[in-house]
Amino acid sequence: MNEATARGKSVGLMATCLVDLFRPTVGFAAAKLLEDAGCTVDVPSQTCCGQPAYNSGDKAHARALALQMIETFEKYDYVVTPSGSCGGTMIKHYPEMFEGDPELQRRAQRFSAKCFELVSFLTDVMKIEKVASAFPRRVTYHDSCSGLRELGVQAQPRKLLATVQGLELVEMKDSDVCCGFGGTFAVKFGEISGQIVERKTQDIIASEAPVLLAGDLGCLMNMAGRLSRKGREMEVRHVAEVLANMTDEAPPIGEPAGVAR
Amino acid sequence: MSIHANPTTPQFKENAHKALGDPQLQEAMGKLRVGFTAARQMAMAKLPEFEALRDSARDIKNHTLAHLDLYLEAYEKKVTESGGHVHFARTAEEARKAIVDICKARGAKTVTKGKSMVSEEIALNDALQEAGVTPVETDLGEYIIQLRGEIPSHIIAPAVHLTKDQVENDFRRGHTHLPADRDLREPTQLLTEARGILREKFLAADIGITGANFLIAETGTSIIVTNEGNGDLTQILPKCHIVIASIEKITPTLEDVSQLLRVLARSATGQEMSVYTTLSTGPRRPDDVDGPEEYHVVLLDNGRSSMIGTQFQEMLRCIRCGACMNHCPVYHAVGGHAYGWVYPGPMGAVLTPSLIGVEKGGQLPNASTFCGRCESVCPMRIPLPGMMRHWREREFERHLAPAGVRYGLGAWAFFAKRPSLYRAATRVAMHVMGYYARKTGKFHALPLASGWTDWRDFPAPEGETFQAKWKRERTRK
Repeated sequence: MNEATARGKSVGLMATCLVDLFRPTVGFAAAKLLEDAGCTVDVPSQTCCGQPAYNSGDKAHARALALQMIETFEKYDYVVTPSGSCGGTMIKHYPEMFEGDPELQRRAQRFSAKCFELVSFLTDVMKIEKVASAFPRRVTYHDSCSGLRELGVQAQPRKLLATVQGLELVEMKDSDVCCGFGGTFAVKFGEISGQIVERKTQDIIASEAPVLLAGDLGCLMNMAGRLSRKGREMEVRHVAEVLANMTDEAPPIGEPAGVAR
Repeated sequence: MSIHANPTTPQFKENAHKALGDPQLQEAMGKLRVGFTAARQMAMAKLPEFEALRDSARDIKNHTLAHLDLYLEAYEKKVTESGGHVHFARTAEEARKAIVDICKARGAKTVTKGKSMVSEEIALNDALQEAGVTPVETDLGEYIIQLRGEIPSHIIAPAVHLTKDQVENDFRRGHTHLPADRDLREPTQLLTEARGILREKFLAADIGITGANFLIAETGTSIIVTNEGNGDLTQILPKCHIVIASIEKITPTLEDVSQLLRVLARSATGQEMSVYTTLSTGPRRPDDVDGPEEYHVVLLDNGRSSMIGTQFQEMLRCIRCGACMNHCPVYHAVGGHAYGWVYPGPMGAVLTPSLIGVEKGGQLPNASTFCGRCESVCPMRIPLPGMMRHWREREFERHLAPAGVRYGLGAWAFFAKRPSLYRAATRVAMHVMGYYARKTGKFHALPLASGWTDWRDFPAPEGETFQAKWKRERTRK
């Protein structure tokens, strides 16, 4: 591990493609949470972790993008990302991508060891016990699959949400069941994906919470898109926006600016 | 030609489309989705050492697979010593021939059958019928689908895709010798009727054919687990018992099997044990009170030995509990028949391309969200999503992946590998997208993404990319 800077550990913020392109507010929320925790945050020029290529069987491109990511981010003490699925790729899959190349594999392993999903990084590494945020709403929380099953992210967001002033968490049924996103699956097998997300939204609606939170933007866009297609008014947000007290910074996912300001 | 010999797996998407529009199937799948998962959950809660048992089960099978040749030889020796016969079958055809030959030698007219997925895999019933032998399925679910001329839609619950009303109709159609006005509204009435019919078949059968959940090398014993007791009647009453099993069912010792049994039923149905666990070792001995006079084991390879030493070897640990499909959101949505061949769900998505070729089976490992729930419940800790990814890699290497996917990925990677170009291009693109959707916050349709927008809206971007906004705001400070 590198020497810590005076203010604290250096963190390279890996925003993820979806946050970079669709919802910069999540990136700023992540940066605020990290800085509040005492980290020095940097956002180097970045693109994609390689997950779409890796999951499509395109190993060559996946490796090239993984290597690019490692080169960009390995100088930081930690690499943190507001996503369980991109986090899972960097943490669990980078080392296996370089099987057969011991040198690169060791480098990937060293890199993976300093990568973290945002919320679990805050609780497990920075030992954050509470956040300075108020959100007097009833919310329900969806456990995104990669974060849950690859990284064990389940208790951590609930622990921090419990410290948000006024927030009441209402658990939906089967919060740990897939929303049907699955990256390119949602387009390649759109009809099946559509059926799975329809089931998911039934459980979300049955919770009667007016707000849906999760830790992965892909899942959130999927669920928000289905709720919107069904004409259900629901406020859908990334959990980091609520934890960082930044819900005034952007309308809910899939809503036009001005609606929730 | 039956679906066994002519899989509809290449039409997975079309099959799925039909399944999604079938209200009876959807009703049946809704019940499965809730029932099996809750049952497993309760069984887990009662057994704190379950995770340790999973490790142990995995290790037993790994050890066995590493020495499979030795254990197969030991097993064959023991079966022979006990007076039975072992027939090695490299292919489905060889297995069918071995069984048909035994039937012919004994002049068999009817055979009763216990539930066996390997029998489905080799399309045994078709072969028996062609040889003039009538096969009678004795597992209730198998009996129902035999009446319907279907294949199982689930590896432990063959008729789980059907509602009770459908079964009632099938019984009325199939059992025309019974009074038309009989009451069949309750499941117990259906069961009683099937029992009555099957009892006659058990007594009349010339040969009983069963599968095997485990084959014990130490003793030459085959084991089946059932909940209906039909397996016992199938293998004890006729004069000849044939076991059809695939080679990876071998387990070294009875002690090993007892560990595997502890994870099997709990993972499958949430039971601590299945109702019947039946062991058979060779034909009837002089002082036995019952049993067949002839005992055969047909050991099927059918491509399995070529999985050893590959990325797919771990699939051979599978003990066919069905937990992966019981927990799979894709299986829940489309049911087992959409997979187009014998093995559905996540285990089928890995095994089917191994057995019928990735050219025919390639869609299955792609039809997964990689949610990982299958791996998280697999008692044998088989890395199912990882192996589905290996299939995708093989497809990609062999240029079998659809051209659209390849070009799309290639274009994405082209930009992603050039960060400056990526930032410039996405900056413009997101600005344009955000501008077009500024009033609604979403798109109802998007070019090239109808797979998404046919079913849900596509949330619009905020407009400025995170990297651009970060640079602007943080440099201004």
